Amino acid sequence: MKASLPGTIAAALIIAGKDLRSELRRRTALVSAVVFAALILVIFNFARDPTSLRAEQLAPSAFWITCAFAAVTALSRAFAVELEHGALDGLLLAPVPREALFLGKFLGNLVFVLLVESVALPLFVLFFNVSLKGALPGITLVALLATVGFVAVGTVFSALTARVRFNELMLPVLLLPFMLPPLAGAAQVTAALLNGRPLLESAGWLRLLLVYDITFVTLSLLVFPALFDE
Amino acid sequence: MVLDGVSFSLEEGETIAVTGPNGIGKTTLLRILAGLLRPSAGEVLLDGLPVRTADPRSRAAIGLLSHRAMLYDDLTLQENLEFVARLYGLPNARQAARDALDQVELLARAGDSPRTLSRGLIQRAALARALLHAPRLLLLDEPFTGLDSAAASRLKSLLAARRPAGLGTIIVTHQMHEARDIASRVLALQGGAIGSTAA
Repeated sequence: MKASLPGTIAAALIIAGKDLRSELRRRTALVSAVVFAALILVIFNFARDPTSLRAEQLAPSAFWITCAFAAVTALSRAFAVELEHGALDGLLLAPVPREALFLGKFLGNLVFVLLVESVALPLFVLFFNVSLKGALPGITLVALLATVGFVAVGTVFSALTARVRFNELMLPVLLLPFMLPPLAGAAQVTAALLNGRPLLESAGWLRLLLVYDITFVTLSLLVFPALFDE
Repeated sequence: MVLDGVSFSLEEGETIAVTGPNGIGKTTLLRILAGLLRPSAGEVLLDGLPVRTADPRSRAAIGLLSHRAMLYDDLTLQENLEFVARLYGLPNARQAARDALDQVELLARAGDSPRTLSRGLIQRAALARALLHAPRLLLLDEPFTGLDSAAASRLKSLLAARRPAGLGTIIVTHQMHEARDIASRVLALQGGAIGSTAA
């Protein structure tokens, strides 16, 4: 049997495909993240005093806080599933670079979090009664830029905390400070877009998000292999 | 220190058994041999090259049956093995997975999740996973656990059939009567070192 070992990208796609198939079949993580997102949006909406705070003022922060917590819910599952029957050993034994393992997990998590965000966005429009007219392409771009960065960091911390006690608590404690820059940027750009400002006016924030993504995806790629060097 | 001064060689096609009381370091030894653990001193060589190298291709020659199945409950047995076959770059992943399941007589359960299988069937599925990519070094941690006598005989036949092709096997086990049937040497771990060797 002549084997042709997959390259880094091919192996990453194989791992991401496995994760997505597994998560979509299980559905618990997806359903809990979406329900969680809906609950936060409802709470934000009912906690707001409409006489003192307009929906457009609160909406961007509420949306991104919702996405952040839904992402943490999803990321906490990313490596837990690899520990259930020692499957992580199987991945570490496979003849693929550790970087492929990171990229595979990262891509799987990225698709998953973007899926949750795409479900949360219509709920956000519904609860806050905001118009996305003309703002949707910009919001899609900023969502992609912000999510890439914090999912990269989240994938590393998910691997780091998977084998420690109270990992459900450890992950948000470690991850949330790193999520602040992309979340702040995303909220600022979203607010500007909802107020009808052109996307180019937020070029500074978009550059910051891009730099964050490049920096943290690169750092994550470099750091990740060391996490499994026992 | 769990292990100290453990040194032995394994020839092509040879099978050796490693025994010893609980907690003596048998599983640790197996994980070091697989490259999953870094020894504080010394190294494991496969064809003269260190197992723990930066080149991931060196891991393709190793198959491991651990005390955990390394399978995903949310995937069927077929999907689990296809995933592994793809990671190892096997040309026809679907057929390779089917063949591996057939070898351990689990083809009829190919569409089932591991969570629906008994302990013995899980062990057979894990064995299929370990053998799927035709490794040259097979590491087995208590392979007879959960197997009935027919399945244990089948395992011994499988290993014997692959021996002429050069499959080297290291078995960690308490079940000496099973190991003696297939192993040419038995290494007994005592105090973290090899205490005795029996042919």
